[in-house]
Amino acid sequence: MEAYFDNSATTRCFEEVKDIVVKTMMEDFGNPSAMHQKGVDAERYVKESATTLAQILKVTDKEILFTSGGTESNNLALIGGALANKRSGNHIITTAVEHAAVSQPVAFLQEQEFEVTILPVDEQGVVKLDALEKALRPDTILVSTMMVNNETGAVMPVEKIGAMIQEKCPKALYHVDAIQAFGKYRIYPKKWNIHLLSVSSHKIHGPKGVGFLYINSKAKVQPLILGGGQQNGMRSGTDNVPGIAGLGVAAKMMYQNFDEKVEHLYQLKERMAEGLSKIDDVVINGMPVREGAPHILSVSFLGIRSEVLLHTLEDRNIYVSAGSACSSHKRKPSATLSAMGMSNAQIENTVRISFSEENTFEEVDYCLEVLNEVLPMLKRYARR
Amino acid sequence: MIFHAFLIKYAEIAIKGKNRYIFEDALVKQMNIALSKVEGEFEVKKEQGRIYVFCPEQYDYDETVEALQHVFGIVGICPVVIYEDQGFEQMAKDVVSYMKNCHPNYDGSFKVYTRRAKKSYPITSMEVSAELGGRILDEFPDASVDVHEPDLTLSVEIRDKIYVYSQTIKGAGGMPIGTNGKAMLLLSGGIDSPVAGYMIAKRGVKIDAVYFHAPPYTSERAKQKVVDLAKQVAKYSGPIRLHVVNFTDIQLYIYDQCPHDELTIIMRRYMMRIAEHFAKESKCLGLITGESIGQVASQTLQSLAATNEVCTLPVYRPVIGFDKQEIVERSWEIGTYETSIQPFEDCCTIFVAKHPVTKPNLNVIHRSETKLEEKIDELMKTALETVEIIEVE
Repeated sequence: MEAYFDNSATTRCFEEVKDIVVKTMMEDFGNPSAMHQKGVDAERYVKESATTLAQILKVTDKEILFTSGGTESNNLALIGGALANKRSGNHIITTAVEHAAVSQPVAFLQEQEFEVTILPVDEQGVVKLDALEKALRPDTILVSTMMVNNETGAVMPVEKIGAMIQEKCPKALYHVDAIQAFGKYRIYPKKWNIHLLSVSSHKIHGPKGVGFLYINSKAKVQPLILGGGQQNGMRSGTDNVPGIAGLGVAAKMMYQNFDEKVEHLYQLKERMAEGLSKIDDVVINGMPVREGAPHILSVSFLGIRSEVLLHTLEDRNIYVSAGSACSSHKRKPSATLSAMGMSNAQIENTVRISFSEENTFEEVDYCLEVLNEVLPMLKRYARR
Repeated sequence: MIFHAFLIKYAEIAIKGKNRYIFEDALVKQMNIALSKVEGEFEVKKEQGRIYVFCPEQYDYDETVEALQHVFGIVGICPVVIYEDQGFEQMAKDVVSYMKNCHPNYDGSFKVYTRRAKKSYPITSMEVSAELGGRILDEFPDASVDVHEPDLTLSVEIRDKIYVYSQTIKGAGGMPIGTNGKAMLLLSGGIDSPVAGYMIAKRGVKIDAVYFHAPPYTSERAKQKVVDLAKQVAKYSGPIRLHVVNFTDIQLYIYDQCPHDELTIIMRRYMMRIAEHFAKESKCLGLITGESIGQVASQTLQSLAATNEVCTLPVYRPVIGFDKQEIVERSWEIGTYETSIQPFEDCCTIFVAKHPVTKPNLNVIHRSETKLEEKIDELMKTALETVEIIEVE
């Protein structure tokens, strides 16, 4: 049996996604900017995809900007957002548990003499609202938080954050990195006062190399990729039609039978968590199972290095991810887990199990069975 | 300027007396292997005590030179321009135009050195040199002739055609692979062992290698890293037969049975035993390690003695007296450094004790190893039988 539990890293494409990707590569392969019929045919896919995504978020088509994926969306939101609004202020707020695709652009902005406040999180990995309240200032131009943490599945109260920003700093832009949340939560940027929202396609069974950034029509963002002026000049470069078409189909499918699918994910996660809780020296990190994201489970196997466990499981066709590894080569421990107050030793013992709707209970049981079999051996040979 | 051929200079092998042809043949063979990776048909020819590479009409000069620079035994590579023999006057014109192309506005000292392979040529070498020197002086008024210590030597060889060259590109030196037998390199994935392999290969020794893999404690990527390192060394040494030994069970058994601070020493003794087994099997005449005195606990003189004791073949440790920085510099030069520092654990570090013994006592080690008697033979047998062989080119 094979059990792929690394769906937060990437997912397998849906069949229907593959079909439309092939179709737009082989039949409707035109350049959407071309004036002839081939161009018009190709453009139809891009428009259709924008419409699908806009409907899901309850926004307008024009507020969807296609990018090369989550990292580009985050870079554009942060750097483009900060540069376009620097006349209104100089202050940016983010959290201590962001993905590198947010924290690195923020670090870049800090070098460009923007002032940055980094909000702490509690031991469950959730950003502290009181800290945000204190951090918001008249010169705050941009707040960026994720919605679901990629390592722990902690869910940030984005609705409350949006409301707080609206109340205290109505001019500030609110960017949400929803890369792990889109497809697992219903997200309504307009209602929640979110101005910028990043999404990646390959986390929701779409193709890699594509994603989008929702940009509220009133938000000012400076484009970073200049050229032929595609997408109203906001992001030049020939549209990635196969990717965009695939993303549209994937998103549509994620929100079909949505509640059932989310429930299925929670049941998988619960079953795994329950099985794990019967094993000694296992700690489940982050929020309580039903409060955290439906698809991410962070687990520490005390005394066992995550990388070793990962390879052991891999040998049995079970795929998980290790947040951090190789302490002997000074690779840095996970910033997210550190920010939650976890010891370096425990961080080294932490793996992430992440589900998709394609996973089954049999796979969960198989994983638990293998864990029960291999853990005693691994524990015996832990570093003394 | 288009060069039609390369004259290959080799020093050491020229003095090997009656064995000379063996060395030359080995060099030609290695050059052919190296050039086979460059696009185009090259012809390597041994004639009258010289080795020439004749180039196809279209070829990549830089790539060709780089390939030749990887061949041990070559001291210098001289790019040669070949002109038709159409009488002395034409030759003089050609030589002057060569100078203009290769050394425009030359204003240093020079001499012309002429060699007549075609003894029937009507003018003597000395006369040719003198006359050509004069013609060059006419065109380069700031240049001067110095026959003793010239800055530039312009060589003219009169064969069926006229060969002209003046530059020498540094070669790798050493001796051609295959002229000094074969040895087994213990390749770990670190910085030192690829350098050690390179240094021994440079002396004409063919290299095979053994790597100890410890899944799940070491990853597939760690193994891939070692294959990549072997590939880089193979650019110089020629094909390497890499033995990948699954060492996990032996390692765990030692871990179970022996004092923890002796783990690394005992483990290394078993690695040497296994390496020697494969060395003998493939007719290697020695083992090669990247050990350097005092670098880590297992490389003190006492520790080296303890690991050395299990071997009957000589163990060559070419970086033994190098500081880490010197080894790092070499690894930069041969292009293995960047691969070596990729962060994957190798099996030496995973169970390492906080305070390993630095001065192991042989009697104590022997006593500890007796605790392995029950199962070790069987585990060794399995490890030897399940070896995975990767032919690295």
